Amino acid sequence: MSAEGVRGSGLKEAFRLIRGNYIEREGVIGTFNASRRKKVIMVITLSIMLVFVAVVALGVGAVDIPALDTLKVLGHHFFPDWIDAPHQEYYSTIILRSRMPRIILAALTGASLAMAGVVMQGILHNPLVSPFTLGLSSAASFGAAMALVLGPVLLGSAYFGHFELLEESITNKNLLIILMAFIVGMSSVVLVLAIARTHRLSQSVLVLSGVVVNYLFSAGISFMKYISDDSALREVTNWLMGSMWGATWGSVTVLIPIVAVCFILMERCAVDLNTLSGGDDVARNLGVNVRRLRIHCLVISAFVTSACLAFTGVIGFIGLMAPHICKMIIGNDHRYLIPAAALMGSLILLLSDTAARVIMRPVELPVGVIMYLIGGAFFIWLVTRRSGRQLA
Amino acid sequence: MKLTVNNISQRYGSNEVLKDVSFSACSGEVVALLGPNGSGKSTLIKTLCDLMPPKAGKVDIDGRDVACLQPIERAKLIGYVPQNVQYAPFTTVLDTVLVGRRPYVQWSYSMDDLDMASRAMETMDILDLRGRYVNELSGGQRQRVFIARALAQSPQFYLFDEPTSSLDLKHQLRTMRIMHEVVHGQDRGMIVAMHDLNLALRYSDKVLMLKDKGVYAYGRPEDVLTPEAIHDVYGVESFIMESERGLFIVPDEPSDGTCAEG
Repeated sequence: MSAEGVRGSGLKEAFRLIRGNYIEREGVIGTFNASRRKKVIMVITLSIMLVFVAVVALGVGAVDIPALDTLKVLGHHFFPDWIDAPHQEYYSTIILRSRMPRIILAALTGASLAMAGVVMQGILHNPLVSPFTLGLSSAASFGAAMALVLGPVLLGSAYFGHFELLEESITNKNLLIILMAFIVGMSSVVLVLAIARTHRLSQSVLVLSGVVVNYLFSAGISFMKYISDDSALREVTNWLMGSMWGATWGSVTVLIPIVAVCFILMERCAVDLNTLSGGDDVARNLGVNVRRLRIHCLVISAFVTSACLAFTGVIGFIGLMAPHICKMIIGNDHRYLIPAAALMGSLILLLSDTAARVIMRPVELPVGVIMYLIGGAFFIWLVTRRSGRQLA
Repeated sequence: MKLTVNNISQRYGSNEVLKDVSFSACSGEVVALLGPNGSGKSTLIKTLCDLMPPKAGKVDIDGRDVACLQPIERAKLIGYVPQNVQYAPFTTVLDTVLVGRRPYVQWSYSMDDLDMASRAMETMDILDLRGRYVNELSGGQRQRVFIARALAQSPQFYLFDEPTSSLDLKHQLRTMRIMHEVVHGQDRGMIVAMHDLNLALRYSDKVLMLKDKGVYAYGRPEDVLTPEAIHDVYGVESFIMESERGLFIVPDEPSDGTCAEG
């Protein structure tokens, strides 16, 4: 190109930029603010819905409690001088001792699985990844199965003992299940990282390692089932279906700080996760230590998921469903996606658990069964809808 | 600023790709990196931005070893757009371009960040697309988004790996002209791997030709891009024509009847 040609087009370009810059900058700020507003509204709306559903869930179950009395129980508990207790004394007992910890556990577990799902999908660039992809659920199940099957043999009568903690009686059996599920669940991630380390933690090797570890622990579960007696087999089967069996004030007291700290740690990685969406090379060029980010996120996800699953058993699909629903509404900005998915996960698991308590009352269904039904239907819809191509 | 490459070598396993490559590029210069497929252009670009640390030799910017820089500091000096860029579904164009501001942000974006993103999108003619998801765009539009992200990063040196490969003719010319203007107007440096010899001739200030793992020639495009050099490197006969708009290269059939493979 001649010098005159370049100069002429350059001046024209410069003039167009100066003339349009003010208007277009305002336009970009408008788009940015509108996008941010949408994300914030999503988070606020989900928070309000979660509180509403939690209050409704407190009132329904084997014994229905009127909404006003439910609010009175809560109000009296927090502001005893201002709000009177409900007429029926046992309402307080049902809500505060039985349903409240269960609802909090459901909300915490849903939040943990969902935010771990968002983070895992982000670091592995794979929309079909969930916290269970790396074999965590199989490993935790194997740990629980070992506790249920081998516990009585190894601990003898001590297995059936109990102790007091935070004014609650905890059986040694439950403690052993929780510890084994958590420790073996975490070990799956250590194993996956050790295998994938030889390939610099590449995404595909991580996923493949997860699949292998999944099969290894599945084989372990099958073996435990094979050598167990009838009662242990039933307990293992129940654990695998997932339910809020571990809901006590003690368990939620342990889980609240774990979930809160893990949420903060994940949120601190949000900008790096956004950067990683451009690929490993782009993220590294933009100053992200991709290897460290991957290990950091995997360990946090595994920790929070193992901690919750230890009290509930296997609850599938939330780690896939909640992130996808939120991504479709507010996009892939992890700064807002992590809290939105956490709230969505809480909401879905709370609704499912409430349905599990109500559908065949007074008998309770395992919430894991409800989740697999809802999750399966959701994914058929997701894959077959017209714009299903956006999934990949 | 001056980016200096000192005798770098690079290999994949036992396969040596680059050997004793040395050259330098300054701010205000567009350096076109040319060579047949497999000649090591992409590897050289990755080595320059320390995505692949060199097996021997070093890369420095104004005397500072790139490998010793803090990642954030390096990100403010070198921007990179790979040949095949990944993207996540449900990410808007604006969010994608704002990712380029990563070296300057902790969690939230400032007005300056939005301003830089706005200018980058305006420069790449994608302002109208800012609210669209990247996965809904065509390949060429996406490529412009990724270049805009590098512009928003505002580094001292841009390293582009075939940035015009998926662009139509209009946007190839426009992109190269814009990059030429950015480099000269903002005093930045650019090293761009490419295949189009005429684009290199038209928009670059220097040309580096790679052959047999090393530098075949380095200098002004009109000095380096001769029919003899093109024949030696690509195995293609060609002749240079001169018009009112400058020089251009007209290739003939490959001398051995096949395309050169590296």
